[in-house]
Amino acid sequence: MPEQLTGAQALIRSLEYEGVEVVFGMPGGAILKAYDPILESPIRHVLARHEQGAGHMASGYAHATGRVGVALVTSGPAATNLLTALQDAYMDSVPMVAITGQVATTSIGNDAFQEAHTWGMSMPATKHNSLITSADEIPDAVREAFHLASTGRKGPVLIDVPKDVLVDTMTWHRPGEINLPGYKPAVKGHPRQVKAAVDLIEQSQHPVLYVGGGVGAAGAGEELKRYAEMLNVPMVTTLMARGIFPDSHALNLGMPGMHGNYTATIAMQRSDLLITIGARFDDRITGDLKYFAPDAKVIHVDVDPAEISKNRFADIPIVGDAKAVIEQLIVETEKRGSLANRDAWLATLHDWQTTYPLEYDQDPDGPIQQQYVIEELHRITGGDATIVAGVGQHQMWASQFWGFEEPRRWINSGGLGTMGYAIPAAIGAKVGTPDEVVFAIDGDGCFQMTGSELITASVENIPIKVALLNNASLGMVKQWQTLFYDGRLSQTELSPTVPNFALFAEACGAVGLRADRPDQVAGVIEEALAINDRPVLIEFTCDPEAMVFPMVPAGGSNDDIALSREDFMSREEIA
Amino acid sequence: MKHVIAVLVENKPGVLARVSTMFARRGFNIHSLTVGPTEDPTLSRMTVVVDGPEMEQIVKQLYKLVHTVKVTEFEPGTAIEREIMLVRVNAGPKLRGEILDAARVCEAKAVDVGVTSITFEVTGPPDRLADFLQLMSTYGVTALAKSGRIALARDQKTAKTQSKSA
Repeated sequence: MPEQLTGAQALIRSLEYEGVEVVFGMPGGAILKAYDPILESPIRHVLARHEQGAGHMASGYAHATGRVGVALVTSGPAATNLLTALQDAYMDSVPMVAITGQVATTSIGNDAFQEAHTWGMSMPATKHNSLITSADEIPDAVREAFHLASTGRKGPVLIDVPKDVLVDTMTWHRPGEINLPGYKPAVKGHPRQVKAAVDLIEQSQHPVLYVGGGVGAAGAGEELKRYAEMLNVPMVTTLMARGIFPDSHALNLGMPGMHGNYTATIAMQRSDLLITIGARFDDRITGDLKYFAPDAKVIHVDVDPAEISKNRFADIPIVGDAKAVIEQLIVETEKRGSLANRDAWLATLHDWQTTYPLEYDQDPDGPIQQQYVIEELHRITGGDATIVAGVGQHQMWASQFWGFEEPRRWINSGGLGTMGYAIPAAIGAKVGTPDEVVFAIDGDGCFQMTGSELITASVENIPIKVALLNNASLGMVKQWQTLFYDGRLSQTELSPTVPNFALFAEACGAVGLRADRPDQVAGVIEEALAINDRPVLIEFTCDPEAMVFPMVPAGGSNDDIALSREDFMSREEIA
Repeated sequence: MKHVIAVLVENKPGVLARVSTMFARRGFNIHSLTVGPTEDPTLSRMTVVVDGPEMEQIVKQLYKLVHTVKVTEFEPGTAIEREIMLVRVNAGPKLRGEILDAARVCEAKAVDVGVTSITFEVTGPPDRLADFLQLMSTYGVTALAKSGRIALARDQKTAKTQSKSA
């Protein structure tokens, strides 16, 4: 006998059908009906303290597991609060499904209580979205949303569900076949293009593999390693690609771009061929496009055709899934007899690495340097931790100084640059990978945006760890004011004493620890690692004057990379 | 430079908003946009006339919309293009005959005749509308309503004959 379900029951059952194990959310009027069947569902619900937090949790979960993260919130203000997390996930191609409540279909357009035009507002912030108008549509709409979120170029998909649709009854049916005639993501690259790419690689003298987050999204770390070793070609890993290829590998030059290291950034500048895979020539990588890698031809592999030749012309475009295309490239390369020798090019790069290392100076009697905290954290954990960062100086230092060895262990807000991302995303990551140590490396500015989610972590028993690098500043903005506005600091200095972060953590049910001097750093990290039954936050009182270098001034040429503050100042004087 | 793009989209609520939002979000300029049903009730056809140097990125972004089924950019001369226009012209008793003669030559149809004005309907390729408008401007145009462009690719086999008649 056909089973009669309410729309709400059908919604939760559809999520179960997709294999969802956890949703991050917060109930409210319009979505209320959907919260009732959650009581009987095996799906875990993590109750966030703010809908933006719920969204970032879903994103952190998706980053850490590769599965679709799910956020469930109500209408109006909840939906608008979620928008930041949607745009964030859209920019970083994170697979997410967001379900928002909506006022009843009969009230839509009447400025009803907690009504917002969620569908319209989220349209440019999602890969796709839909407004459901009858309970019957629910199974297919959920199936379609998960399919879209997790295939092709991944991204967030939103389903807006009016209250009456959740109340209405429907005859339960499993979702049918996906019917999207206009949606056919490419998988394999065109064989002729693959062949042309291999030809071009063999002709090049100074090739660089330019690897972005798309390789991680495709789960192509193994293939990439095989390919890079086969070619013996150096590689740069963008902010979104850290960990996709081991930092300890001799071919990995690390992160290029605005705060990239010298060798990675200049290798691209001097390259005659960029073998680009799953990267998008973002302005933070290229600096002024006019001066970017002026002698390089470009092979561009991307699952999204719109990324190809968007910012930089691609001599050889290859549309396809990174994993499939790298496999094709391997097969085609294997057909060639001997491959070009890259020893001289690699030797040059390794010389640069020795001459221009990332540097900082920890005075044992001076303030704690943020880089020192990150290096100590790495040493003591043996690098066996998932690192989640917010946005700003701490994020750049984490990317520069943490040695990443595995995919899915570096989570941050790359494209949108969303301050406050770290704490909720770390919660999502810990829920998805409960056996891993998940360490949020956060700044004091970021933490004050979403730190209240520490309450969620405590109450829901999600024992994340937080290394709060407190420089009592909006550090990155302060750095710009220092360098480009003659040191005129406008609204970038935060209180060095308020809030008391360790006490704040305690008030949230977490353990609060603190280190004020360099000699306290190791001890307090060890203490934090021993606590596994509760979240723990360590406040490191850090150097408020520390700056992130190397640095390419925004809009400048990557050739003008400044290695240190002194280096930057000497150029200013010449100019 | 103006380009004509035909976009076949799934006939679903809000699809026009998706397309126009994408244009706004990406900073592309729409000169005109028309939308209507096709021979297939599940599909709608949009004809978008766009200002810009090159269409590659616009076409790709259109394809990225999940409800977009097919995008065609027409090379100049490869499509049948039509617009419709209603134009009201100052036409006192003295000039009425002269204006109606001119209109006849331009295949403009008088659809409303008032005491001081005549309203014409002109249908055809964009050039014809532009020519008529210019001609009438000497008399004084007091109101103008113009549709966006619609276009269909020419049938390959008849392309030559078609281009003669257009």
